Amino acid sequence: MTDLRELYEEVILDHNRNPRNYPKIPLGHNCEAHGFNPLCGDEFRIYLTVEDGIIRDAGFEGAGCAISTASASLMTEALKGMEVSKAEALFAEVHRLLTEEEQTGEPSDLLGKLTVLTGVKEYPMRVKCATLAWHTMHAALHNQEKTICTE
Amino acid sequence: MIVPNHLMRSDGARHEFDVYRVRKDFPILNQAVHGHPLVYLDNGATSQKPQSVIDAVHDYYCWNNANVHRGVHTLSERATRAYEQAREIVRHFISASHQREIIFLRGTTEAINLVAQSYARPRLRPGDEILITEMEHHSNIVPWQIVCKQTGARLRVVPINDAGELQLEKYADLLGPRTRLVAVVHLSNSLGTINPIRKMIDVAHARGVPVLVDGAQAVPHVPVDVQALGCDFYAFSGHKVYGPTGIGILYGKPDLLEAMEPYQGGGEMIRRVTFEETLYNVVPYKFEAGTPNIAGAIGLGTALEYLSQFSVEAVGKHEEALLARATNAVRNISGVRIIGTAAQKSGILSFVMDGVHPHDMGTILDTEGVAIRAGHHCTMPLMTRYGIPGTARASFAMYNTKEDVDALIRGIEKAKEVFER
Repeated sequence: MTDLRELYEEVILDHNRNPRNYPKIPLGHNCEAHGFNPLCGDEFRIYLTVEDGIIRDAGFEGAGCAISTASASLMTEALKGMEVSKAEALFAEVHRLLTEEEQTGEPSDLLGKLTVLTGVKEYPMRVKCATLAWHTMHAALHNQEKTICTE
Repeated sequence: MIVPNHLMRSDGARHEFDVYRVRKDFPILNQAVHGHPLVYLDNGATSQKPQSVIDAVHDYYCWNNANVHRGVHTLSERATRAYEQAREIVRHFISASHQREIIFLRGTTEAINLVAQSYARPRLRPGDEILITEMEHHSNIVPWQIVCKQTGARLRVVPINDAGELQLEKYADLLGPRTRLVAVVHLSNSLGTINPIRKMIDVAHARGVPVLVDGAQAVPHVPVDVQALGCDFYAFSGHKVYGPTGIGILYGKPDLLEAMEPYQGGGEMIRRVTFEETLYNVVPYKFEAGTPNIAGAIGLGTALEYLSQFSVEAVGKHEEALLARATNAVRNISGVRIIGTAAQKSGILSFVMDGVHPHDMGTILDTEGVAIRAGHHCTMPLMTRYGIPGTARASFAMYNTKEDVDALIRGIEKAKEVFER
C-alpha cells in the first residue's frame, strides 16, 4: 500500500477528480497540439496563449487515466505566467524526473509541486501516461502539427 | 494418416478435472508478484503453458530439430512426422474431415488476412459487401477494410444490443444480394458473448454466402466442431489455447482452399519452378510458404492433447462457475458496471468503475498480484459503441480458482478505496 500511495498521491487524485484548466480552450490561444496514446487510449489537446515570450494562459481537453489527467492538470497550472524558455527547461526537468534511473542531487526548484509525479517512475508501464501532456505541450510550443505519442 | 495413440482412447478414459492438480502443470503460476501469489486473469490476451508444452518445444530443439518435408536424413524425418502429427491432432480437435483442411500459420490474424487476400480479393467487385459485426477484434475488421479499399467493395456491420448480443434480425436484413462473405467472431474478446454461429451460418448459407469464424477466444472455452458448424473458414491462435505464440490455424473447406490462389510465394508451397511459371503444391502446403514454425506446431499439438485429457463439459462447467462467482461479486460493488451481459457468455468479465480509469484499475490490481487487461482490447469501434475509452477485463482459464476470483474482488475494492479517500 505504501507504494500505491506514492503513485496515487493526494495531489494526483485531487487533480484527477477536479482537473484545473479543463476542459478549457484559452482565449486567443496561439499554440496547440494533439497527444494520443493509441494503445491505452489517453488523448489530450493542449492549448497555450503565448505573448511576448510568456505563456499567459493554458488549458486542455480530452480524457485519460488518473496519471495522465493529473499530469496535464498540474502542468497547465505550472505553465501559466511562465516564460517559454523556462517552460522548456521545466519540460526537460519533468522528463528527467520521470525517466532517469538515478536521480543525482536534489530535484530542481523549478519542479515545485510537480515532484508528486516522482512515484510514477516505479511503474515503468505508466511513465508514458505522465509524459504525454508534457510532450504535447512541447509540440504546441513548436507548432508541430503531427500527433504526439509517448508509447 | 498418423493417428496418435492417445486419441484412440475413448472419452470414458478422460481424466477427472481437478483445478488444484491442473495448476501444478503450469509452472509459471507458482510465483509471487509484488509479494502476493500470482493471480493470472489475462487469459484473453494469452494463456499460460503447461509443462508438457514447454517440454515438447524444448525436446524438439534438443533432439529432433531439422527442416520439414525436405531432408532424407533421420532428423528431418522425425521433424516432419512430428509436424504432421500436430496437424492431425488439430484436425481431430476441431473435427475437420481431413488434414489438408488444416493450414499452419502465425495466428488468427494471419489466417484472416489470408482469406481476405486469397479468397475475397480476386472475387470482390466494386459494390460487393463483406458483412462483419460491431463486436469484432481489429484483426477481423482491418483485413476487410484493406481488401475493400483494394477492390471497391463495402464493409457492412451488424449492430449489437446493449447487453452485447448481435441483433439477428438486422443480420438477416444486412445479408443482401451483394454480400460475398460473412466474418464473425465466435466468442467476443471484450464482452464474452458467445454468438449463435451455427444459426448465423445457416442463414448465410441459405443465401449462398460463405462464413469465416474468428475462433481465437472460443477454442479454449467452447467445443468446436467445424463440420457440425458448417463454417467455410475457422481461424484460431495457438497461444490462447495453452500453446506457443506464433502458431495458429486456418481451417478451410477443401473445395474453397483448392480454388484459392496462394497467399505468399516461396519454398514449400511449390511443386515445380521454372523462370516461366510455377506449379503450386497441393493444399495445405500451397499456403505454407517458407520454413514453418515447426516447434510452434508441435507445441500447439501438445497443448490440444493436454486440453483433450479433460472433458469439454467439465472444463466449461468450471469456467462457468468462476465467471458466475466474479459476476455476482462485482455486481455488489457500487459504481461498477459490467460491459457485456449477454445471456450466452463465457470466460470474460469486462467492467468499468465510476471515477477509476481502467488503467489505474489495472495498476492497482497488479500491486495485489492480480494480472488483468485494461484498455480497448483491440475493439475500438465496440468501445465507441458503449461510449467508454476502455474496460478492465478479467479473463478466465481452466487453471483459475475461486480464490483467484476472490483476490480480484479484493483488488477492485482496494482500487475503490484508493480513489475514494
